[in-house]
Amino acid sequence: MIRSLNPRGRVLLIVLLALLVAAPLVADRYLMSVLILIFYFAFVGQAWNLMMGFAGQLSLGHALYVGLGGYVSALLWIKFGIGPWLGVFAAVAVATAFGAVIGWLGFRFGIEGVYFALLTIAFAEFTRIAFDHIDYAGAAGGLFLRVEEQGRWWDLRGGPLLFYYLALALAGGALALTAWLARTRLGYQWLAVREDEQAARSLGIDVFRAKMTAVLISSAMTAVGGVFIAFYNNNLFPSRVFDINRSIELILAPVVGGLGTVFGPVVGAFILTPLGEVLTALTEHLGINAPGVKAMFYGLALMAIIVLKPTGVWPWLARMLRLTECRP
Amino acid sequence: MNPTIYLEVVVQGVLTGLVYGLMALGLSVIFGVVRVVNFAHGEFTVAAMYAAFLLFTLFGIDPLIAMAPIALVFFVVGYALQRTLVHRFVGRAEHEQFILLVGLAIVIVNGTLLIFGADARPVRLPYGFDSFLVGPVIVDKVRLYAAGAALAVAAALFLFFRFTRTGTAIRACADNLVGAAVVGLDVRKLYALTFGIGLACVGAAGALIETIADAKPELGPVYTLIAFIIVIVGGLGSMTGALVGGVLIGVSEALAGLFIAPSMKSMVSFALLIAVLVLRPQGIMGRRT
Repeated sequence: MIRSLNPRGRVLLIVLLALLVAAPLVADRYLMSVLILIFYFAFVGQAWNLMMGFAGQLSLGHALYVGLGGYVSALLWIKFGIGPWLGVFAAVAVATAFGAVIGWLGFRFGIEGVYFALLTIAFAEFTRIAFDHIDYAGAAGGLFLRVEEQGRWWDLRGGPLLFYYLALALAGGALALTAWLARTRLGYQWLAVREDEQAARSLGIDVFRAKMTAVLISSAMTAVGGVFIAFYNNNLFPSRVFDINRSIELILAPVVGGLGTVFGPVVGAFILTPLGEVLTALTEHLGINAPGVKAMFYGLALMAIIVLKPTGVWPWLARMLRLTECRP
Repeated sequence: MNPTIYLEVVVQGVLTGLVYGLMALGLSVIFGVVRVVNFAHGEFTVAAMYAAFLLFTLFGIDPLIAMAPIALVFFVVGYALQRTLVHRFVGRAEHEQFILLVGLAIVIVNGTLLIFGADARPVRLPYGFDSFLVGPVIVDKVRLYAAGAALAVAAALFLFFRFTRTGTAIRACADNLVGAAVVGLDVRKLYALTFGIGLACVGAAGALIETIADAKPELGPVYTLIAFIIVIVGGLGSMTGALVGGVLIGVSEALAGLFIAPSMKSMVSFALLIAVLVLRPQGIMGRRT
């Protein structure tokens, strides 16, 4: 779908990318941290979008993969000194194993739609409570990564600049991967399964395999996001990383940006994260201690978008700015 | 350990489960008829808990009495919600309904957080620590009253759906939507009534839950999940299933709290949910469609 951009759109994409690469030259620490969050949500949003937007499988338990990725890599680093570049493989392996179990149970036993979403929630919540009681992983008290080893960039022990470019690379990589997958045979199979499973099956598509690959790719990518956020935040709490609110937070960007579109998650992340920051800053500036305002706004945004523009902002934006070829 | 303690825990689980069952009954009724999954169910429950808290602290009204006006207000809210917002989503993709109600859930949680803060808001009833001695078993007074009230409301609902014209009409919509429309039933209005009835259950259940647990904003998602677990274990759309599921979850959580650890009790419920989804997706009391 990058190919579906017209020359205008491509120029704009390249200009934006160049601006983001150059941004650390002028951006202060705060702006950098906001941009890192935007890239992170664009990345994990993209991962979720592959499963829901393309293959049509609603997961509301993606925090499970974030948490597993984070915990596995952080434990390897803290307990064995194995760095995240190696740890990420273990993290992906564990997360995809869970993804495989959930996918297998769901798709073999015909658990669909809302029921499938509940299955994913059940697994995430089950794991959250389990981690609350695993003393080896710090239980409910949390797991902390040492911060003093600054400067070892190859072990992700560095400053904001390191995390900025890593997050940008992840978000950009996920965008490219999605754009490529959307053009492959598998990508088209996903769309067929999403639109009509019966019809897809009668066309000879291996529906189970198509759905499984979606879950596996999505969980693997999300686990990478988990590794990133664990080493960026330097702490992990079961009640925070596995929480259902994390799973919901993660789906906001693709839903607002546009489900099943390549640019949707990115656009959504660029809309929601800054707006959330502005709201937090505004309430702080006004001296109101209102912890729920940001989340409440997210809730309203979610409702507004699904009532007014259920296809998301990106298709509309692309049409307004005339960025794409004439596609429906 | 004294063996009567097991009996006490089981009784306590049954009583709590009946109250949860009433909450889940609302979810089941809404799903069974309107075919919309109310993902803001627990959040509405918590809102009702706060309503009971307010009525008690401001006017000293016992939640057992306050549940009537709260249920009435929630009925109106549910009716209006279905009429203005949810009806546009009837028949649309499941994930769109889900997202709408998740959005609503987030708004309610954070709305209650803004108004009441993060602290627990308990209702301290004068008879809060009283109990009955039935044989060797000690039964909490509040829990018994709450369970009795929940059963009464559920029974009233059964009678309504079984014997009134409106109740029959609503059941007709659930059984055969096209047929119901053909014979001239006002489906939109009946759907709104159903959503209202579902939320009235939540209003009553929330007021009752406030007598046995303290209101906190973060309880919203917890109760939503409990309601879903109960309804799926019992069978979505089955009214007796909701009560049976409630008792089952109440007892299993109470026993898990006793035998394993109180903080791990909901793990049992989630494991039960996974098992039911895989092995008997129509639920224990549900019929395979």
